Amino acid sequence: MLQRSTETREVPVATIAGVAMPAWRLIMLGAGLVVLAAIPFVLKNFYIFQITLAIIYAIAILGLNLLTGFNGQFSLGHSAFYAIGAYTAAIMMENLGISYVWTIPVAAIVCFVFGFLFGLPALRLEGIYLALATFALAIAIPQVLKSSVLEHWTGGVQGIVIIKPDAPFGLPLSSDQWLYVFSVLVAIVMYVCATNLVASRTGRAMIAIRDHPVAASAMGINVSLYKSLTFGVSALYTGVAGALGAIAISFVAPDSFTFVLAVALFVGLVVGGVASIPGTLVGGLFVLFVPNIAESVSKGLAGAVYGVILLVVIYLMPTGAAGLVRLGISKLVKRR
Amino acid sequence: MQVTKRMLLASIAGFAIAAAGPALAQKKYDPGASDTEIKIGNTNPYSGPASAYGLIGKTIDAYFKKVNAEGGINGRKVNFISYDDGYSPPKAVEQVRKLVESDEVLLVFQPLGTPSNTAIQKYMNSKKVPQLFVATGATKWGDPKNFPWTMGWQPTYQAEGQIYAKYIMKNHPNAKIGILYQNDDYGKDYVKGLKDGLGEKAKTMIVSELPYEPADPTVDSQIVSLKGSGADVFFNVTTPKFAAQAIKKAHEIGWKPVHLLNNVSNSVGSVLKPAGFEASKDVLSTGYLKDPTDPTWNDDAGKKEWLAFMDKYFPDGDKTSSFTVYGYTVAQTLAQALKQAGDNLTRENVMKQAASLKGLKLPMLLPGIEINTSATDFYPIEQMQMQKFTGERWELFGEVISGGGGGS
Repeated sequence: MLQRSTETREVPVATIAGVAMPAWRLIMLGAGLVVLAAIPFVLKNFYIFQITLAIIYAIAILGLNLLTGFNGQFSLGHSAFYAIGAYTAAIMMENLGISYVWTIPVAAIVCFVFGFLFGLPALRLEGIYLALATFALAIAIPQVLKSSVLEHWTGGVQGIVIIKPDAPFGLPLSSDQWLYVFSVLVAIVMYVCATNLVASRTGRAMIAIRDHPVAASAMGINVSLYKSLTFGVSALYTGVAGALGAIAISFVAPDSFTFVLAVALFVGLVVGGVASIPGTLVGGLFVLFVPNIAESVSKGLAGAVYGVILLVVIYLMPTGAAGLVRLGISKLVKRR
Repeated sequence: MQVTKRMLLASIAGFAIAAAGPALAQKKYDPGASDTEIKIGNTNPYSGPASAYGLIGKTIDAYFKKVNAEGGINGRKVNFISYDDGYSPPKAVEQVRKLVESDEVLLVFQPLGTPSNTAIQKYMNSKKVPQLFVATGATKWGDPKNFPWTMGWQPTYQAEGQIYAKYIMKNHPNAKIGILYQNDDYGKDYVKGLKDGLGEKAKTMIVSELPYEPADPTVDSQIVSLKGSGADVFFNVTTPKFAAQAIKKAHEIGWKPVHLLNNVSNSVGSVLKPAGFEASKDVLSTGYLKDPTDPTWNDDAGKKEWLAFMDKYFPDGDKTSSFTVYGYTVAQTLAQALKQAGDNLTRENVMKQAASLKGLKLPMLLPGIEINTSATDFYPIEQMQMQKFTGERWELFGEVISGGGGGS
């Protein structure tokens, strides 16, 4: 690269290696899509299954990110919405015999309503107090699912076994490959919607509330409405992930949705980068693969190794993977 | 000369083929088995809320180290691959798929917990990979008709319920029975076992049957109404916390029935001690493994064998925990099934051998208890012995009682 004077700051479009940033973005997006499309034909079924799960976790983390990253509300209870989504899918498929495809929009609606209603009273709570209220939700959900009142539907502690769907239209795909394709399609829709939402007027209102609620209110934003709506949308995303997760695992049980899951989603959010949409993909991969890596290092100390990896990651990337990428880009751009 | 030489060569070749023929025909392998190795998969909760059970996985690992140090099984080393599932069913599915599809194990052994095993059961059976000797007492693991690749190990809750029924019929034929049970499959399995065991008389003998929810704070009110029902035999189907509460409350209100406590909660340290030794005196329960803290077994050859194993291969392991005894004994059961399989290490044959254990006695099983399986009997341990709490420790009494298959 040629050294030039610092007046490049004046150049309207930042470039790396002579290519403009928007073009880079498209190139990266295209490359990402090519990789996603290649995965089912290159990897073994088991790895396809793992990546499917990582994508599903990424959608759930995206939901949490809309709430925490873009709206500044904390939640330690998203495992509850994940569970509601999962049980909605399981009950529809096994008890009512409805096709798995329809479980996704229904789970979305059910979770939106739950999230919105939970968001209304939770509005009075700020920061760590809200985190505590949602934490209570995460603790309560497994018990509620086990309760005898709902047992007829939820199967109690035994949970519900789901039959894994096969590829439709006679496509020559294994059920793992098909579920991967299905999850990726859902994920693409969810990511496009999230990107548009954040860039819209509504998204700006959400961010304004995060940055300065009083100022946002003075600007005429209905703070409580937007907060509840964000809570609902966030729950919707996590619920869709839960429904996909139930189909991919083909089993739901109360023990699948403990507080540990809520913490895992939160970790994925922080590692991927708060208020970053692409970062959630990194978060999903982290949540799924890093515990396995930790375990392969040492079985007895898996928890400790996981903790060390997490500390190193946070130390090296204090603003998450997205922050690291941003930093890298800014360095490359400056050098130009 | 030439002719003889050719004949000689031909006869040597013929002999070689004849010798190799049967050997080739005998040695049969599925993924995970070879001339030198048998790969066994396992999942256990090494982390998370149920991580205490992880001791079982570690004991099994130590046991196979011992097997390998002593030459392996029929000359093959055991490669025991155990992953953490954190007692989470989705994680169990992921780890089991990794074991089957990536590590290519011959079989999955002792996955722990009813939810995790339920989550993988369909998968294992559709892949036709043995899900062998699972670590849960639910009754549904002995269903060879629908799930020919899944087998339990420990006595089922129903079998135990039947054993209590036999005890009641013999010693208290005119008993009025009060039952307290946890309102889930575990509790209902026990109650079903008891009722099956009592048969026709169940309707007249059982005077009160009260459930509680795992989320309830106490079972005090249930105990009071059980006393009020006039019951003189109390069948206590509760998990440790509630068991301690029930024993304490019954003692406080002066209710002294024949108290039958389920095996799930017969830990001295976590149930009887908190309930109070005075209150726990004369409580009855059942066992099938030798209690490592029971001085009765101090001179027992089986316990010495187990202690020698613990000292040499698992020195960090807890010698007072029943989990190490459990892990040791269940690993021996698998070793026996694999030994019987000989050189035919296909998944089908492993399943067949696991279902052909006859009169297997193991060092840490109570004397008189044998492991028996058949093509229609997928319940390896079905016998237990009654025991009574003396105020300090459990004391075995009476004969070994057979519960019979629970699933019938």
